[in-house]
Amino acid sequence: MYRGRIWLYFSNIFHQLLLVFVLLVMVAYLSSASPFFFTWNNFRNIFDHSSLYIILALGITFVIAAGGIDLSVGAVAALSGVCMAVAMHSGLSVGLSILSGICSGAFMGMAGGTVIFLFKINPFIVTLGFMSLSRGLALIVTGGIPIYGFPKSFTWWGSGHIGPFNPPMLLAAFLIVVAAVMLNFTRFGYYTLALGGNEEALRRSGVSIFLYKVLVYTLCGVTAAIGGLIVTARLNTAEPLAGWMLELDTIAAVVLGGTSMKGGRGTIVGTVIACFLLGILRNGLVILSIPSYYQQLLIGIIILAAVIFAEVRARKGLLGFNKK
Amino acid sequence: MFGCAQKKDGSQKSPYLRLKKIKKSFGHIVALEGIDLDIYPAEVMALVGDNGAGKSTLIKIISGVLAPDSGEISLNGTSYRHLTPSKAVELGISTVYQDLALVDCRDTASNIFLGKEPLKAWFFVDKQKMIKESEALLKKLKVAIPSVTTPVEDLSGGQRQGVAVARSIMQQGRMLIFDEPTAAMGVNEANRILKLIRNLGDEGFAVVVISHNLHHVFSIADRICVMRNGRLMVDCRTENTNLEQIVGFITGPPQLTKTHTEKELMPGCGEDAGNVQRQDMVIF
Repeated sequence: MYRGRIWLYFSNIFHQLLLVFVLLVMVAYLSSASPFFFTWNNFRNIFDHSSLYIILALGITFVIAAGGIDLSVGAVAALSGVCMAVAMHSGLSVGLSILSGICSGAFMGMAGGTVIFLFKINPFIVTLGFMSLSRGLALIVTGGIPIYGFPKSFTWWGSGHIGPFNPPMLLAAFLIVVAAVMLNFTRFGYYTLALGGNEEALRRSGVSIFLYKVLVYTLCGVTAAIGGLIVTARLNTAEPLAGWMLELDTIAAVVLGGTSMKGGRGTIVGTVIACFLLGILRNGLVILSIPSYYQQLLIGIIILAAVIFAEVRARKGLLGFNKK
Repeated sequence: MFGCAQKKDGSQKSPYLRLKKIKKSFGHIVALEGIDLDIYPAEVMALVGDNGAGKSTLIKIISGVLAPDSGEISLNGTSYRHLTPSKAVELGISTVYQDLALVDCRDTASNIFLGKEPLKAWFFVDKQKMIKESEALLKKLKVAIPSVTTPVEDLSGGQRQGVAVARSIMQQGRMLIFDEPTAAMGVNEANRILKLIRNLGDEGFAVVVISHNLHHVFSIADRICVMRNGRLMVDCRTENTNLEQIVGFITGPPQLTKTHTEKELMPGCGEDAGNVQRQDMVIF
């Protein structure tokens, strides 16, 4: 049934509003619980930390909105970091090294997308394979030993300063804008959502499914590689085991943000808010000095609850806003 | 010539699309056993037949979803061994499928322009233009929709059909194929769709309708083709036949099967073999 334009709009942003509300409640509670929480330094910390998750989650938002999934992002981030390290240590300039790392991520995404399209295999399994493959490659190239010691112009990407901010934050902010524009205002975004909504309809409209599917996974590989750049630069170390379990945290953030696992619906704003939510949660648990094993447990429970809520709402329409 | 099969005025118009000896089998099941068929512009052609007669296979071949095993498809003087969906769209062949192939979670305007989004400043989708043109097109087709920014899943069956038709036309469709357009639809809604299809035929589109509802077929079609067991049984103008006759061809009483010669059934038919389409009723 048609319910009017304003109603529809409100139902669309309701989820994000809810997330913002939870976020504000959390900030209010943590501020009152600890004098260290509501300080610029701590917020800078949260932004810095969240920027990595946000960048990876942006790519995953596209993949999930297109009805797919990518489990390989953490491993691809590690592999591209290793690529950059090897390139730099072999004497390549910093710019070219970064480019080579990003190309390796793009290649992994492209290869994954191609396999998913060609053999019509569930992306879950394909990207699971690519996760292991990328991790294996990273381990083989490094021999399992982290590579460290990079030029200043490289580590700047992780720990430099631009005014009160640092490069990862600004990179994340820039990519948020790019991703939001791409998803909502370009053909690529339209086809991404159509891919998730009804792939057959898009195919019958004469659009190349192959091209757009591969592009979506390539994009995800590129964002994973940018994540790899940040991790490697921040630690001044290319660690083959970097980004362990990163994929699960970012996928959880994307779904929590309101992007539907069934595909067809994606929201960049929701993803960003959810990343901050999880970032603040992690930060808060540390500030409240909750032991790290319990932190893991708590984060798991909270992510599960939130994702169940998000999916049930998407299906049944809590508060009756969205019946389907 | 009396009762010419293609045009009411008797002038011989060139077909929009011509199928020659199209064959298709799935494993050991033969779906089409050599179909010859012409489709003309400004004409509503109904394709009828029982389940498994090969209607859906035939339209899937026309729309490029399936490739025929042999035979050829000619269009604008060019012959194709087979079409792909994008090639078919490019050639103006558009199919309104039974499932409508709509992206449910996207709004009406995005669905109408799917694959043909107008751009501004090189790579931004011009949403305003999409909204304006969709509204104009739906108005022209007399499809009433509350707002083109509503997700398609919120629309009724008839409205969704209207959106699917609008998309076909937006994709430069000159030939529109409808697969069971009135299935699972109320009387009012079905009538509206039939009127819409009839209008399309009058406006010069080559229209092919697949339907099981013969009353609907008789109310809109200029020409009726009956398929049975992968063969085209009959191809005739609506005014030269009646419901009983068509039902007879669909269900296939023994005297109307291929074992009988054309002359037995319709004296004078077989002499003009090169021009069979011009008879008022042709039995293959």
